[in-house]
Amino acid sequence: MSVKQISIFLENAKGRLAEVTRTLSHDKINIRALSLADTADFGVLRIIVDNTERCLSVLKAHGFVAQVTEVIAVEVEDKPGGLARILEVLDQDNVNVEYMYAYVEKKRENAVVICKIDDRDRALQILEKNGIATVGAEALRAL
Amino acid sequence: MIWNPDFESLDHAALHRLQGERLGRLVDILYRKVPFYRKKMDARGVKPYEIQRIEDITRLPFTTKDEMRDVYPYGLLAVDLKEIVEIHTSSGTTGKPVVDAYTQGDIDVWSEAMARTLSSGGTTRHDIVQNAYGYGLFTGGLGSHYGARRIGATVIPISGGNTKRQIAMLRDFKSTVLTCTPSYSLYLAEAAREEGLDLSTVGLKAGFFGAEPWSESMRTEIQQKLHLLAIDIYGLTEIIGPGVAMECPEQNGLHVNEDHFFPEIIDPETGEVLPDGQKGELVITTLTKEGTPVLRYRTRDVTYLDRSPCPCGRTTVRMHRVLGRTDDMLIIRGVNVFPSQIEEVILKVEGTEPHYQLIVERHEQLDELEVQIEMNEKVFSDEIRNLEATEKKIESDLYASLNIHTRVRLVEPKSIARSEGKARRIIDKRQI
Repeated sequence: MSVKQISIFLENAKGRLAEVTRTLSHDKINIRALSLADTADFGVLRIIVDNTERCLSVLKAHGFVAQVTEVIAVEVEDKPGGLARILEVLDQDNVNVEYMYAYVEKKRENAVVICKIDDRDRALQILEKNGIATVGAEALRAL
Repeated sequence: MIWNPDFESLDHAALHRLQGERLGRLVDILYRKVPFYRKKMDARGVKPYEIQRIEDITRLPFTTKDEMRDVYPYGLLAVDLKEIVEIHTSSGTTGKPVVDAYTQGDIDVWSEAMARTLSSGGTTRHDIVQNAYGYGLFTGGLGSHYGARRIGATVIPISGGNTKRQIAMLRDFKSTVLTCTPSYSLYLAEAAREEGLDLSTVGLKAGFFGAEPWSESMRTEIQQKLHLLAIDIYGLTEIIGPGVAMECPEQNGLHVNEDHFFPEIIDPETGEVLPDGQKGELVITTLTKEGTPVLRYRTRDVTYLDRSPCPCGRTTVRMHRVLGRTDDMLIIRGVNVFPSQIEEVILKVEGTEPHYQLIVERHEQLDELEVQIEMNEKVFSDEIRNLEATEKKIESDLYASLNIHTRVRLVEPKSIARSEGKARRIIDKRQI
């Protein structure tokens, strides 16, 4: 099961991130997870929100370059070695993780990490085979 | 020093007579041998026998760079190909190049014009000329080479770049004359300082700098740092290469070798010839060229003419150093760059009409071109490395097309200022 993430192009300049968050807050869109990757010149903001479709149209209406990317939300045991095990399993089968970041959650037994993997279907199979749970979009929203 | 006083110091009446005769002969040949020019003259309803005096030149049609490109490769040839001994072309980065095909006679004229150029800064057969203009299709290298050979000086054909080696040559051979772009001379001076070479001990006496715009303040800096007389030279591939005009030690305008290259200044809008002293577009006719003669070539360079007497003894007209362009051409490190070329490269990568801006700066004497491109959805990726790969791809495509290194920066949509819907394409921050 994969979930939808929105990726936004930002210049690495003062106030650009604030501009995005202000735009989303104005349209009452809630950011559930966020990661920012950057170079000296530009950055890519990746967010998971409560309403992907609306978020995308709001961003585009405000002139941002944004796109939807399919990512996987993986459940991680909230204890030492929880994340290590997942990465080990993927690595054994030569699945490369492009990037990952943590999901904001409330009181809950397991943590959730968002992973961008090019070969998503194979990654899902491997995770399933190894008994590692993934979270679907609906479940994610309910967290 | 005047290389050829018979022509460079000819009295005005004799010069005008000579120019008139040469123009008449040129027009006669062009009408008979080059359909391109016959058509243009017929369209203007002018016959060769009507061109008797140099003043009649205003009845002849102009030639533009685009027209010259349209007849690539041999459409401008006025002699049989077997008479051609050498071919140079413009960089051709805006499409097809302009071909300059030289007969032995043309090479002789070119050598003569460059001998006049190098002599005007004091070069003699006792000098060692370090020629740091690029050799190859670019006319700067071979043009300077031929001039130095004609004088009988010793040429070091080191060509452009390879700064460490340039410094070693300066140190070991004690070059007395330097030929290169003005910006490179300053770069060289800086590198020499870092290498611990005191240029005042080398014995350089003159430098001949051209192929890009520069200023009086830059001249002062060059003369101080390189301990030489800095001479501004002018030329262009479409005409012959360097050798069209050069300063004398008075450094007060560039003497045009007008017995070979006849200059006019026109209003770029109306085409009307302007009086001396008025700024306008420089137009040049090659009075003696045999291979690929050019009638009233519109250079797009802005300058004005000065016929007041020069203390150096030359009687030839002087053009002020080039003041600008009538089009949007940029000269980056001696290379001609049109925004349209850059646009074409980005278009190929992005697949859509790009919004871009060119920012030119001069850092440590070298021109730097930054190309800012607005991001669009077609090239956007959520992975940084893909975006960086896009930047690198455009940079390498630009290098392949323009032959200069650029820095590409992806910016947010609508971040490039627009006026009346059109983006301002060029921001030139160079202080020249």
